[in-house]
Amino acid sequence: MKHDFRARNHPAYWAFLAHRVSGLLLALFLPVHFWALGQALHGEAVLDGFLRWTEHPLAKLGEVILVLALSAHLTGGLRILMLEFLAWRDWQKSLAALAAGLSLAAGLAFLLNLG
Amino acid sequence: MDSEACTLNVRVWRGGESGGFREYEVPRLESQTVLDVVTYIQRRIDPTLSYRFACRVGMCGSCAMTVNGKPRWTCRTHVAKVADGDRLEIAPLSNLPIVRDLVTDMTPFFEKWQRARGRFQGGHTRRDDFARVPPDSRERQNTDAGIECIGCGVCYSACEVVAWKPEYLGPAALNRAWTLVNDVRDTDRRARLSAVAGDAGCHACHTQMHCTERCPKQISPTAAISGLKRLVLAAALKGELEEEPGR
Amino acid sequence: MSPRAQVLLWGAQRASAAVLAICVAVHLATVIYAVRNGLSAAEILGRTRGNAPWLAFYLVFVASVAVHAPIGLRAILAEWTRWRGRSLDLAMLLVGGLLALWGARAVWAVFA
Repeated sequence: MKHDFRARNHPAYWAFLAHRVSGLLLALFLPVHFWALGQALHGEAVLDGFLRWTEHPLAKLGEVILVLALSAHLTGGLRILMLEFLAWRDWQKSLAALAAGLSLAAGLAFLLNLG
Repeated sequence: MDSEACTLNVRVWRGGESGGFREYEVPRLESQTVLDVVTYIQRRIDPTLSYRFACRVGMCGSCAMTVNGKPRWTCRTHVAKVADGDRLEIAPLSNLPIVRDLVTDMTPFFEKWQRARGRFQGGHTRRDDFARVPPDSRERQNTDAGIECIGCGVCYSACEVVAWKPEYLGPAALNRAWTLVNDVRDTDRRARLSAVAGDAGCHACHTQMHCTERCPKQISPTAAISGLKRLVLAAALKGELEEEPGR
Repeated sequence: MSPRAQVLLWGAQRASAAVLAICVAVHLATVIYAVRNGLSAAEILGRTRGNAPWLAFYLVFVASVAVHAPIGLRAILAEWTRWRGRSLDLAMLLVGGLLALWGARAVWAVFA
């Protein structure tokens, strides 16, 4: 009865959800990222030791997800900045599609470079 | 078009907040609207069904209800367009207290309208000449884009931020505030910008655009709210916001 | 928090977003480039060790993130949980402080 999925099923909503979920993911990832890089304080070898964990296929998958999250959050954020700071135009509603496209392109570039 | 069912299976919300759906069989007719269906149930099956309508021609907004999950004007919603096969689900508008069955209490909706200072305040008297407002000026075009709102509550019902934050003023009240902020005759600008500022105001909008998607008059409250965000930020930076805006 | 403070918080979020747009674009490009022949400490540190421009860049990056992330988290928590008010604001301030601290430490780790 309450406003449910049937009413949420449109592009601007997916854009919002992608933006929020990616942001949350990144916010949770950051402390880990900072800790990992901080390992360099103990010397190059320690950092290298940590980096060897990233060779694992699951780690590679995680990296792809993170890059997708980062590009999704970036492109979605640019969309919001345009929606909020440019005087309203009709094409602004299609920015969600553009954001999604660019985000996937970045993810793909990363994936191709991994192989 | 072959073998279309001759009856509709209609689930209708009965009771208050803790009520439930009850099922009715309604004959399916050509060019039937959802309001026709509700009227049929009340007149022919169950006279205890409560619902609101007035003009029944898409001008007053009184008949707004949640149809198959989406808030719509039932008088302007053809069954053929929204029926899921032969099934319909009709419920009261979301985000508003339920009086009974399909009737909601619109008081919070209009209270927020007032809280957003959605009322005109002029500086002229009858002794002054008419105000001259060029219709093609940017401000007037901004106002005109949102002025057709009839306060039906569909956007408010569609907004998820309203559902998450009961204090959020909502798309209709903010849209009205935007039309007034752009009205060059209005003299209440500073207090109004203060009233729509912050976590309960325009800055809570996340551009989900449910409101724009559902507005039966094709108004974009999202556009209005974006405009307010800019103006309020500028006012905040210039120290022009009132700390305790009067109601 | 007064409405004016809330508005300025929103403004800070958008401003830091604009800065981050540039930082993230650079960072993404760097990451995509760096990962080409596998990731190694030598490769990363070779780029960042003793390099003042990278240091400046990453410090700006960290500062912007420390502003941007907590304000975003504040909205998510206020909307999707029952947590509101002063305690939430203070918690988010703490999150920002910790991100700034750990971030600066990480930047120093790859520069020094």
